[in-house]
Amino acid sequence: MVAMGAEQKLGNLGIVTTSLEKLVNWGRTGAMWPMLFGLACCAIEMIATQAASYDVSRFGMELMRASPRQSDLMIVAGRVSHKMAPVLRRLYDQMPEPKWVLAMGDCASCSGVFNNYALVQGVDEIVPVDVYVAGCPPRPEALIDGILKLHEKVRGESIGRWA
Amino acid sequence: MSQVREFEGTVDELKTLFSDRAASGETMVLNLGPQHPSTHGVLRLMLELDGEEVVRCLPDIGFLHTGIEKNMEAKTYLKALVMTDRMDYLNPLGNNLTYCLAVEKLCGIEVPDRAQVIRVLCAELQRISSHLVWLGTSAMDLNASSILIYCFRDRERLLDIFELVGGQRMMSSYIRPGGVWRDLPDEFVPAVEAFLEYLPAKLADYERLLTRNPIFLRRTVDIGIIAADQAMARGMTGSSLRGSGVNYDVRRAMPYCGYEHYDFDVPLEEGCDVYARYRVRMSEFQQSMRIIRQALSMLQPGPFMTDDHRFAPPPRSDLGRSMEAVIRHFKYWTEGFSAPEGEVYIATESPRGELGCYLVGDGGAQPARVHFRTPSFHNLQSLPYMAEGYLVADLVAMIGSIDIVLGDVDR
Amino acid sequence: MNHIETTIADVHTNYPNAIQQRISFRGDTTLVVAVTALLEICQLLRHDPALDYSFLVDLAAVDYHPQQPRFGVSYLLHSLKQNARLRLRVMLSQQDPRLPSVSGVWPAAEWPEREAFDLMGIEFADHPDLRRILMPADWEGHPLRKDYPLGYEEVQFSFNWKEIDRRKDYAQE
Repeated sequence: MVAMGAEQKLGNLGIVTTSLEKLVNWGRTGAMWPMLFGLACCAIEMIATQAASYDVSRFGMELMRASPRQSDLMIVAGRVSHKMAPVLRRLYDQMPEPKWVLAMGDCASCSGVFNNYALVQGVDEIVPVDVYVAGCPPRPEALIDGILKLHEKVRGESIGRWA
Repeated sequence: MSQVREFEGTVDELKTLFSDRAASGETMVLNLGPQHPSTHGVLRLMLELDGEEVVRCLPDIGFLHTGIEKNMEAKTYLKALVMTDRMDYLNPLGNNLTYCLAVEKLCGIEVPDRAQVIRVLCAELQRISSHLVWLGTSAMDLNASSILIYCFRDRERLLDIFELVGGQRMMSSYIRPGGVWRDLPDEFVPAVEAFLEYLPAKLADYERLLTRNPIFLRRTVDIGIIAADQAMARGMTGSSLRGSGVNYDVRRAMPYCGYEHYDFDVPLEEGCDVYARYRVRMSEFQQSMRIIRQALSMLQPGPFMTDDHRFAPPPRSDLGRSMEAVIRHFKYWTEGFSAPEGEVYIATESPRGELGCYLVGDGGAQPARVHFRTPSFHNLQSLPYMAEGYLVADLVAMIGSIDIVLGDVDR
Repeated sequence: MNHIETTIADVHTNYPNAIQQRISFRGDTTLVVAVTALLEICQLLRHDPALDYSFLVDLAAVDYHPQQPRFGVSYLLHSLKQNARLRLRVMLSQQDPRLPSVSGVWPAAEWPEREAFDLMGIEFADHPDLRRILMPADWEGHPLRKDYPLGYEEVQFSFNWKEIDRRKDYAQE
């Protein structure tokens, strides 16, 4: 809300809006909380990433929130069946802006090994995805790499994209 | 967006399954939805609650249905192996083993001794890894959240060992029909021995934290009681059944991979409640370590893959010298091998219970029907029976105690 | 093995015309029985104290298309006391894939029968709650049948990437 008001008031004052962008984007990447959306095998690697050996809270993801209303990032970890698809969309709709989606693993990106009737062929048919992380399951380091790429993407977002 | 179907969230068709008290509004129907931190995956439970007490519990599964059985019919026997890892994703080597045993039984393949010992090692290490996840997640459900971090830290060491052997932490498809993929590297035995020295002290710590903890006892003793005959009538197997006093372990009843040569006990408890199942699984850690020590001493040098030319790929060293080997290699990896006509069933003891594979061959290179008898599917059937009369918080403890994995339930 | 022989002899004595075939393959014994006698044979195997097949391990449906009869439902029974396994199979035709439910004999059969109904279209009479279990409730068709397509989607390689990208419907915000 502050951002939109600032944009309208400041207009073309380039340097002020750029610094404001940088500040807000830095704030967003600093404590991006993921939603607990572990579906299948990738969920185990996601929990391993959250655990002590590959601690992801050093990148700001201190907690995983079960409630979509309190989270920023939806890490779709696992295969999405046709029965689960409306649930996924409903949870995505319940997340407040700003929100991002990370498709973790091959099944979320393109349904992986399973090219059949039961699975949605890639979660990007249901929700818009920002980062895809390949692997079956991706190593925790790969997931952290994906998260860092997402942080880079967020840092590059401009004032026009917000809200 | 065109793929998304409307979410059928009405209770109309289910009116016959809930009691009359729900229809009159006396009790409340609550949806413990597919996305929930305590359901260990995408399990949906429709609960009829009288205040906090569960009157009826209806599981709704299928949110992770992957069509593995139909997809395996479209691939050759070898390529279908890759799909089995992803069924019970906490026990991928165990799923591989079950499928490979079924293929070997159907085709009549003899597996060399070294491969048998390696398979036992893999299965028991996988059992320890799966029980660590069970302990971490079910203790976390009862709010002992530090146990989750400890167990995953210990599990990292096991995943390093699996990566050493199979090339990948999980889903390595290391066990193949006829033997295993490649021989054990030299660092394997010292790594396993180091792990076996490291683990007992950690397990003693967890026992000290939980086993006589009054809060843990209040949350688990006399919760989720299921008597032995009811459990057996509902098809329950594994540690959950042994927690009710029934001495049934597939490794003893129908030994495979040479389990009859190993000296181990089958832990039994008479409590029939969540605490008894906890005790059974904690004892299973010790028994698995015992089996691993014996297996390490039984490792002899030898072939790791059968030398039956129809079912095993030629060794890569032959490919530079022999044209026949190149042709065989090509045909093996593209067409695969054909199995005779017939149907077989083989069972193994997964960390969850009896995991079986029912394989029907029709003489071709692709299986005609593969059906997996998965333990979590049958164990989950007893949850509605177990949950009646208990509180919602107890229900969470019960789900943790029967140790379900939704990939196993839905396949 | 002895217990299996006793079992088969008992079944043959009580229901002489029910056994259609006996198969012994790789150490497993399968009895193919007639649909009409299935429920009584199951009750005999379950309740007779000498036989005591108290454990239904698995219930699987198989589609033998294009052979007739098309469907087979196999029951794997286990006797804990005698440590013996026996498989019963019934064959069903394509026009009439119906048979009695054994969930009254073994409650463990409830969910596997629902799965056989869902994925194969086999109907079980007197089942307490026969509805779809793995597929969504309004799904049409029975996926595991041989004439149901796999649902294979064309794979995006680099040579057809742009073409598939154009017609794939991605989600909007």
